[in-house]
Amino acid sequence: MKEEIIIAGFGGQGVLSMGKILAYSGIMQDLEVTWMPSYGPEMRGGTANVCVILSDKKIGSPIVTKYDTAVILNQQSLDKFEKTVKPGGWLIYDPSGITRHPERKDINICSINAIEGAARTGNSKVYNMVVLGALLKVNPLVTLENVEKGLGKCIPARYSSLIPLNKAAIEDGMEHAEIINRA
Amino acid sequence: MAEKILMKGNEAIAISAIRNGVDGYFGYPITPQSEVMETLMKEKPWETTGMVVLQAESETSSINMLYGGASCGKKVMTSSSSPGVSLMCEGISYIAGAELPCVVVDVMRGGPGLGTIQPSQSDYNQIVKGGGHGDYHNIVIAPASAQDMYDFVDWGFELAFKYRNPVVVLADGIIGQMMEKVEMHPMKPRRTAEEILRDAPWAVTGKPASRERHIITSLSLDADIQEQFNIKLKEKYAMIEANEVRFSEYMTGDAEYIFVAFGCSSRICEAVVDELRAEGIKAGLLRPITLYPFPSGEIARLAAQAKSMMSIELNLGQMVHDVRLAVNGACPVGFYGRQGGNIYTPEEIVAEFKKFNGLA
Repeated sequence: MKEEIIIAGFGGQGVLSMGKILAYSGIMQDLEVTWMPSYGPEMRGGTANVCVILSDKKIGSPIVTKYDTAVILNQQSLDKFEKTVKPGGWLIYDPSGITRHPERKDINICSINAIEGAARTGNSKVYNMVVLGALLKVNPLVTLENVEKGLGKCIPARYSSLIPLNKAAIEDGMEHAEIINRA
Repeated sequence: MAEKILMKGNEAIAISAIRNGVDGYFGYPITPQSEVMETLMKEKPWETTGMVVLQAESETSSINMLYGGASCGKKVMTSSSSPGVSLMCEGISYIAGAELPCVVVDVMRGGPGLGTIQPSQSDYNQIVKGGGHGDYHNIVIAPASAQDMYDFVDWGFELAFKYRNPVVVLADGIIGQMMEKVEMHPMKPRRTAEEILRDAPWAVTGKPASRERHIITSLSLDADIQEQFNIKLKEKYAMIEANEVRFSEYMTGDAEYIFVAFGCSSRICEAVVDELRAEGIKAGLLRPITLYPFPSGEIARLAAQAKSMMSIELNLGQMVHDVRLAVNGACPVGFYGRQGGNIYTPEEIVAEFKKFNGLA
């Protein structure tokens, strides 16, 4: 098993921390992981992205150009990464703010309105966990049990009371993920 | 089993320094390695191990703080990125001239000048060939993962004290910024005053009546004395070259085409080898782990079995000269690189490989 994932959106949407939680969940599942962020000047007030690789073997190149799964949270990222999804792969995106929706027919597409999901959960900061929930619903890369352990590793002990809120957001995302294309 | 923690290469450097009994870190922030000092400031090791962490006013200052700390036999280190390391080069030359141990971490970015903040390997010549003035060598070790970043701090100090020589951990923006899982080894305490006297009997530790004074200097006004010192350094470097070469190989056993790449490039070249092997092309990879001393012997051995070799570097072609010297005409040597902070993809390298070998 080897899954190459790109998560891309605006700085502040929690792209990097979602990637970190996914990577840590991978470690909890005894997988090899890499987490490679874009750290160029585009991060400062612009787009941010992170490539996460989960594999049951040692990972060679942390740099890839085709992805098994793309998680897309703004228009610029959709324009840039829709074409990089491998045929038969997954594209998970938040349609709010999107003017040109994904068009490919040879990939699986899932839509998640995570702003609404975060509002339902009662905290806008768990936006990225709603997205993670949608990803795990359609592409269960790691078990929920290991995601919970991963969350425990990523959230500082003094904020551990926030774990149930994050879990609720993931569950909301799982419930509201909408598959809009099957390859 | 030791706990596995997800962390950046830069964070691994900081945590390793604390856990391996480093006495002092002196630095000045610069992308892409600022997380080293950030992590140290967050961990506050001065409250636990007593390790000093200090933000100097410049890189020139931090390297001279290393000069002072190392003179006292302490385990001292700094980290920076390309432009900052250029500022340190005078100090590194003095430290090499005074035969003092220290570890300098260089997380390379694109240059020349202020350049970019993205990953690069364009300071190979600078660091491997010296950097500062005078006939000297840094021992240069090149990590390719967050675990290497963790492990090479301790290995770096081992080499630095064994040979009384500066050691440079030559990393790049990818290795510094990428998160991977890191396995922690048991804590090593900082050395006691007695242990410093034992391990660094040359150090300036306060002169008792029972011994002659120790003088730490890189100055000699007598040409004959300086020449004797240069010859002594040459003997030391010969010992380092004989004993400390380290490399790793991937699929080289029956390989007809050999890639040579260090650091992040060696990771990318593993994917290149996999792709070519899937097409039935017998490719392999040699990764120099020590850049000085360079694995010339192993490259010469592989050149005898190879149809060609290719050096893959994030620069305009620097290590390729050392590869050519080692190959010594035994097979053609090619080069492919990207510059300025751009990174090649495995596909791009495969295409360049085929062009070079007439396989396209």
